[in-house]
Amino acid sequence: MAKITLDNLAHSYFSNPKSDNDFALKEMDHVWADGEAYALLGASGCGKSTLLNIISGLLHPSQGRILFDDKDVTQSTTADRNIAQVFQFPVVYDTMTVRANLEFPLKNRGADPKYIMQRVQQIGAMIGMESELDKRARGLTADAKQKISLGRGMVREDVNALLFDEPLTVIDPHMKWELRTQLKSLHHEFGHTMIYVTHDQTEALTFADKVVVMYDGRVVQIGTPNELYDRPQHTFVGYFIGSPGMNVITAQVAGNTAIVHGLKVPLSQAYDNLGGKVEIGVRPEAITLTEGKGLPITIRRVEDVGRHKIIRAELFGNDINILAHEDQPISTEMSHVTFDKDCINVYVNDWLNCGVPA
Amino acid sequence: MTLELRNISKINNGQLHIHATNLTLNKGSMNVLLGPTQSGKTSLMRLMAGLDVPTTGQVFWEGDDVTGVRVQDRMIAMVYQQFINYPSMSVYDNIASPLRLMGKSATVIDKAVKKSADLMQMTSLLDRKPLELSGGQQQRCALARALVKDAGLVLLDEPLANLDYKLREELRVEIPKIFEDAGSIFVYATTEPEEALLLGGNTAALWEGQVRQFGLTPDVYRQPIDATTARVFSDPPMNFLKLIKSGDQIFFEDRQSASATGRLLDLPDDRYLAGFRPNHVKLDKGRADSLEFITKLAVTELTGSETFIHLNHQEDKWVGLINGVHNLELGIALSVYIDPRHIYIFSENGDLVAPAAYALAD
Repeated sequence: MAKITLDNLAHSYFSNPKSDNDFALKEMDHVWADGEAYALLGASGCGKSTLLNIISGLLHPSQGRILFDDKDVTQSTTADRNIAQVFQFPVVYDTMTVRANLEFPLKNRGADPKYIMQRVQQIGAMIGMESELDKRARGLTADAKQKISLGRGMVREDVNALLFDEPLTVIDPHMKWELRTQLKSLHHEFGHTMIYVTHDQTEALTFADKVVVMYDGRVVQIGTPNELYDRPQHTFVGYFIGSPGMNVITAQVAGNTAIVHGLKVPLSQAYDNLGGKVEIGVRPEAITLTEGKGLPITIRRVEDVGRHKIIRAELFGNDINILAHEDQPISTEMSHVTFDKDCINVYVNDWLNCGVPA
Repeated sequence: MTLELRNISKINNGQLHIHATNLTLNKGSMNVLLGPTQSGKTSLMRLMAGLDVPTTGQVFWEGDDVTGVRVQDRMIAMVYQQFINYPSMSVYDNIASPLRLMGKSATVIDKAVKKSADLMQMTSLLDRKPLELSGGQQQRCALARALVKDAGLVLLDEPLANLDYKLREELRVEIPKIFEDAGSIFVYATTEPEEALLLGGNTAALWEGQVRQFGLTPDVYRQPIDATTARVFSDPPMNFLKLIKSGDQIFFEDRQSASATGRLLDLPDDRYLAGFRPNHVKLDKGRADSLEFITKLAVTELTGSETFIHLNHQEDKWVGLINGVHNLELGIALSVYIDPRHIYIFSENGDLVAPAAYALAD
């Protein structure tokens, strides 16, 4: 297992990039710790696959270096990097048995047959295919084939890193739970450095120790799921994490008060007079419906999504989402909202401003 | 306007693919087909559309038997998981294409295209080619084309499955608004319980080619008629636990016992299966009559606002979804609490015997 260093790294698909816009991946410096599980999270086109391909060696960056531990691998081939990869769609040898598919990476490297036998048994159990080890891969469902791909990715214990590119896309929701949990417990057990690319926030947050949120070719925040949720560094993170995402409301902020359309909203921190584009971010979970206290809203619709209700409303002409508990009755008297002041973040030109204790 | 499936079934290669199904779908309704891969969602849609002919039974459209009538001869629009647009045509021409095929006048086409584009927020993109659009916009283009025909029946087969999570979230909000205004019958296939809940309308829970239950979406969710439907309509999966009711006592597998109260008291003495959803697993006792179970904590997953806890209870694996962030030590014995009002009781073979009390409260 290795620590991964991205040193002054950037990439453009153009041979003569002229401006920042020509870079799919904008300059970045990061050190990812040995044995941690990272998720690269972002919408399509944000650069997450470009970054993964640079780490795996499928792509050579137009600028900067990449190091595994302290070894520069920027120009090394994928094979020389000693990594395991699992892709979005299953890659299995149809004519081989499940067992032969799982053994393949170990046999290739001339591992001891006894060890192979025992390791394959262990991996077979992990992916829930112990009883199917001697079946041919042909004719198995896409789910089962992807489980084989996952198993083969994890069969070698001596790899520098395990890279996953949206590996659960073709898997049914119920199976996703099982596989993700297995990946997670495997990580606890073996401490591989894992990098997992996904556009699905639940997958990213539940899988990773640290989530790397990417937006427009940049890493906008690296943090624990908690940090991303409580203190999004950028309004994009607030929007992207959480379902529905954080509400972003135009405001003026001075001292420990925000003014929204002339009405006061108390804040837990104090701020200087802020210039530029000033907004407050409030999660739908941190908003309480009232019968007159706080800011006036108009409820547009109430969606029953099982364990909670999503209230779609309007606040001074802008959309606002509110979450209420499954058991909470929503009445027509509810015309106002209050915000939990400890959960309000202040943004200037889309970046978090932490203020000082009030 | 109604679509009625009367006792239709489908046998493929000697295998019963779709069990005898009776369904009536009404004008202006959203109907979700919810089930895992290969549960028969697409097969059922193909039978509705006339792409396949049922082995038994009949399909009625507004009271007329249309069994065996070709899809071309009926007013049907379909949207698939893959975005299908004509790459050489502009968005405008893509949306207009079904109307042109029908030989409508230019003014009628223009009006309909603009209305449909407006609904799908595509107005500013009408001159673009599909490949100059993001995935979400391409699928909106396909949706706009499906809407423009004003087809009586619109079939959507996992239309959002290939989109990014956040785009999916946005379109899920938009789609119910659209169907509320259109008068068509919408049928929407998905594997995801949360999608069904967000879409609302009616849900048919499918399992192995069988419609297990059809009703208002929140009703199917809160009052599943059997354990299979409860499983299909729960993500994370519903948790189960065996119990024996004897007199005024219930005994669980771990020999814990509790007094039988409420509806449980009226049940005949027998073996039952109890089911409860992950979000009803609590770490504090709450009500005095909450049941306590001692479990072993296998894995925790934090999502920022919530914590998933994976528990081993005897031979059973449970999942709990707890509000807030909890850093719990793995491998420890953990007491979890279930409010009896949140417990569904199924017979040993899975039929619902008593719905959870909370589901009946409102």
